[in-house]
Amino acid sequence: MRWDVVIGLEVHLQLATASKIFSGASTHFGAAPNTQACAVDLAMPGMLPVLNEQAVRYAVMFGLGIGAEIGMRSVFDRKNYFYPDSPKGYQISQFQEPVVGRGSFEITLEDGTVRHIGITRAHLEEDAGKSLHEDFHGQTGIDLNRAGTPLLEIVTDPDLRSAEEAVAYLKTLHSLVTYLGISDGNMAEGSMRCDVNLSLRPAGSQELGTRTEIKNVNSFRFVEKAIHHEIERQADILENGGRVIQETRLYDADRDETRAMRSKEVANDYRYFPEPDLLPVIIDEAFVDSIRATLPELPRERRQRFVDIYGLSHYDATVLSANRALADYYEAVVSDCGDPKIAANWVQGELLGQLNRSELALADSPVSAPALAGLIRRILDNSISGKIAKQVFEAMWAGEGDADRIIEARGLQQVSDSGALETMVDEVISANPEQLAQYLAADEAKRKKLLGFFVGQVMKVSKGQANPQMVNELLARKLS
Amino acid sequence: MHTQTVAELARQLREKQFSSVELTRSYLDRIQALDGVLNSFVTIDESGALAAAAAADARLAKGDTAPLLGIPLAHKDIFCTRGLRSSCGSRMLDNFVPPYDATVVARLRTAGTVMLGKTNMDEFAMGSSNETSFYGPSQNPWDTSRVPGGSSGGSAAAVAAMLAPMATGTDTGGSIRQPAAFCGITGLKPTYGRVSRLGMVAFASSLDQAGPMARNAEDCALLLNAIAGVDPLDSTSAEEPVPDFTATLERPLAGLRIGLPREYFGSGLDDATGTRIHAALALLEQQGATLVDVSLPHTGLSIPTYYIIAPAEASTNLSRFDGVRYGYRCENPADLHDLYTRSREEGFGDEVKRRILVGTYALSAGYYDAYYKKAQQVRRLIRQDFVDCFREVDIIAGPTTPGPAFALGAKTSDPLSMYLEDVYTLAVNLAGLPGMSVPAGFSNGLPVGLQLIGGHFDEARLLNVAHQLQQASDWHLQQPDIKRPK
Amino acid sequence: MTTPPTAPPATHAAVQQDEIEKMAELARIRIADHQIGEVTERIADILAMVDQLQAVDTAGVEAMANPLDAVQRLRPDIVTEGDQREVFQAIAPAVENGLYLVPKVID
Repeated sequence: MRWDVVIGLEVHLQLATASKIFSGASTHFGAAPNTQACAVDLAMPGMLPVLNEQAVRYAVMFGLGIGAEIGMRSVFDRKNYFYPDSPKGYQISQFQEPVVGRGSFEITLEDGTVRHIGITRAHLEEDAGKSLHEDFHGQTGIDLNRAGTPLLEIVTDPDLRSAEEAVAYLKTLHSLVTYLGISDGNMAEGSMRCDVNLSLRPAGSQELGTRTEIKNVNSFRFVEKAIHHEIERQADILENGGRVIQETRLYDADRDETRAMRSKEVANDYRYFPEPDLLPVIIDEAFVDSIRATLPELPRERRQRFVDIYGLSHYDATVLSANRALADYYEAVVSDCGDPKIAANWVQGELLGQLNRSELALADSPVSAPALAGLIRRILDNSISGKIAKQVFEAMWAGEGDADRIIEARGLQQVSDSGALETMVDEVISANPEQLAQYLAADEAKRKKLLGFFVGQVMKVSKGQANPQMVNELLARKLS
Repeated sequence: MHTQTVAELARQLREKQFSSVELTRSYLDRIQALDGVLNSFVTIDESGALAAAAAADARLAKGDTAPLLGIPLAHKDIFCTRGLRSSCGSRMLDNFVPPYDATVVARLRTAGTVMLGKTNMDEFAMGSSNETSFYGPSQNPWDTSRVPGGSSGGSAAAVAAMLAPMATGTDTGGSIRQPAAFCGITGLKPTYGRVSRLGMVAFASSLDQAGPMARNAEDCALLLNAIAGVDPLDSTSAEEPVPDFTATLERPLAGLRIGLPREYFGSGLDDATGTRIHAALALLEQQGATLVDVSLPHTGLSIPTYYIIAPAEASTNLSRFDGVRYGYRCENPADLHDLYTRSREEGFGDEVKRRILVGTYALSAGYYDAYYKKAQQVRRLIRQDFVDCFREVDIIAGPTTPGPAFALGAKTSDPLSMYLEDVYTLAVNLAGLPGMSVPAGFSNGLPVGLQLIGGHFDEARLLNVAHQLQQASDWHLQQPDIKRPK
Repeated sequence: MTTPPTAPPATHAAVQQDEIEKMAELARIRIADHQIGEVTERIADILAMVDQLQAVDTAGVEAMANPLDAVQRLRPDIVTEGDQREVFQAIAPAVENGLYLVPKVID
């Protein structure tokens, strides 16, 4: 039997505020346990929430970024459940009146297909603390530093049809929120966590099957794996005549499997009701306009500009605009070296390749944008060949200094002196009488290929430093 | 000294007739002598009080004329007090010593008041008789076989017995006004949002409000002056200008229109109480006020509405008491579920558990619309009654309670009959209005309270009317003779 | 007024013991077996009383969550709270290495 996959995603995005959504405690990651949990975060008796303006601004920024309806009136609700990482016994969230309403999102798949994904809503809520299960004599330790960190929960319609689409959506979303600067997007620190709702239905059917929810998957790769596993698991059940149980599952990255969460076995009744400690949040057009005025250029707009202004291919433009820092880097290189296409090749090729191999973030790159531009300028003025430039780049990566210094120190300056080149060409010709004879006997088409042999030999003699264009010209003249 | 009002004590302190330390010592002695009978305090802070009094004396010596400087007072144990147990009348918080002050407490410390201790209350303010307190009930100073009312019963009893010249209370459905009426003192529940709720253990967030309890309106005005005003840490505190509530006390009542809701004078009202209320109203009429017959048609619905909304909010406000970060934790929990369910079983009393369960039910899936949402709609109708009424009259008046203080134990076996005690006070909380109880004479030796209800943020008018009534009467000056019951 | 709160025409069947048990579980309150009957009875009385509301026509009436006719104030995004762990954990029932301890949590 063939199955259609139906996926909806709920992304919990930590917003990049300095303080928490309802208290003045710091949101800084990595502090010693409970040193950033103030009386409000600890739900001490009598403590009350006050809403952080920046969290609202970031939520509205996101709404504007996806062209969604902005909730000019939004209301916070209590979602009631007991769990040690939820100190109040309820989470303050938004249920019926979220700050961001319906919107839509465009994703481009690797084959170039464009899909529109509906955004159901995005709402503000507070993050929970963390339970640590390591060795406390069989007990669990609770760290509430994260409790109260502002989250924007972004919910899609069940519009995604495969793991590939889900990952493309997440990457596009990641790109958008880092462009907007509303989140650091640091997945390893949990800044972007994803719940996957997944169901299968017979191919072509319109009716939705029973779904499961996979909680807290926090990397693109794990999302992909978890989805593949869950599709397989559900298909197995259905093909064996079974029924999928609606349940919450957990993706276990160590074992690479999903399993039912025991703590969620009992059907919960969250008893949502309006949070009486907070009043309705009313924002006006002026507030929205002030945010709109500060919106940066968004990834889609930037990609289009890269195509229009720099003449990049759609693919190159997509890669280079996906990440705000990368796009900024690329543009800095372009403005310094003046050649958008060579800059694109270098940034996508050598730079990203080295970053990947060294597992470094762009911010930690040993080669800065001006440094890379300096190298490209030496290619453009024929000081070095592209091939030599790669050697120079590696030396730059290793911290040997800027391009000019390395070229100088290693004597890599391209030989463009026609006298010296002529000597080399003459030497090569006389050292290879056999090839010369073949060349002279060959027809026009074959000659082209044989010419390459002589060019290669000259380059070898020159240790790669001969100006290849001049060598070609000289050889063509001498051999004709 | 203990028979004096706050205003008189403040003047005498400034005139150096006695020091704050002497005054404080005299109250501590009275508490020592009499509170064994009344049980109005759950914690007495002798050393803290004497230190605060000494500090006040130093300020007084420098000529500081802050109005409440050096005046002793008692805080209801619902307010968090830094370094002093704040139990909220519950075993759950019997060991809880907060490292912070409620805003009300902090403002009164800054004002130079001297905290004598913390007063008894119904557990988590859930009760109308003080009998749900983990520390046992407080007694009514006028008849110690009777309840002082609740939930701020300890504060009311302490002020009535002159163990403190003033006290703080909180009122979610009548918890300042009803005990004020039962104990023959003056108590004011301000407009919702007038006083910060920060650091006040929450019962029902949309109804709770702190207010002053004292022996007359002027003292209530002085205390309200010190605690009213917006608090940036309480989103529901109002950005409303705060007047000097003592400035308008002397305004004559000529031309004042007082609405008497016919629903407050119906068959549920005890005859003798009704007689006292009419006599007090007649005094106001003599001062130029006009009595107007009005109607608040949804009054009867305030009981069911309140007993959905308050338990619903309480059920989730009390979820934080889970034995993890502070408060009571059961012995040797077998697992997490056991930790939660047994800590909460053992830490909460019966009435609190009952209300949590009712509130959980009202919010649960399938019942939300029928209960909680319905109650919120009726709440709007109840408020609209008042809005309509205040188009015709300046204030509303009636009894605070259907009858005088009842006997200890009389209603403990029947929660519903206890809930009926609040029939005249609940609607005021639901509508968010200011309400006051003012002594209006005695019925069989027990105090009767006249309730005054004002428009939003019109506390000054209530205090003015109460003060004028107290200029023309001496009910508020009567003193109980505290004896053990026979 | 002060009509005694008599039970109106019941719109819900009287609450059952198993429902109270479910509420107690949601509220994480243990109720001893010998008490559940009485607790159910008391709560049934209260629910019967509040059922009066079912008779009220509230069509078109907007729900009222808060008596204050105001809007939420927004706080500037500034860190105002420092580390007070020692102070808060001094009153905690069980802590170790700065963490609050609870019996083993199973996800």
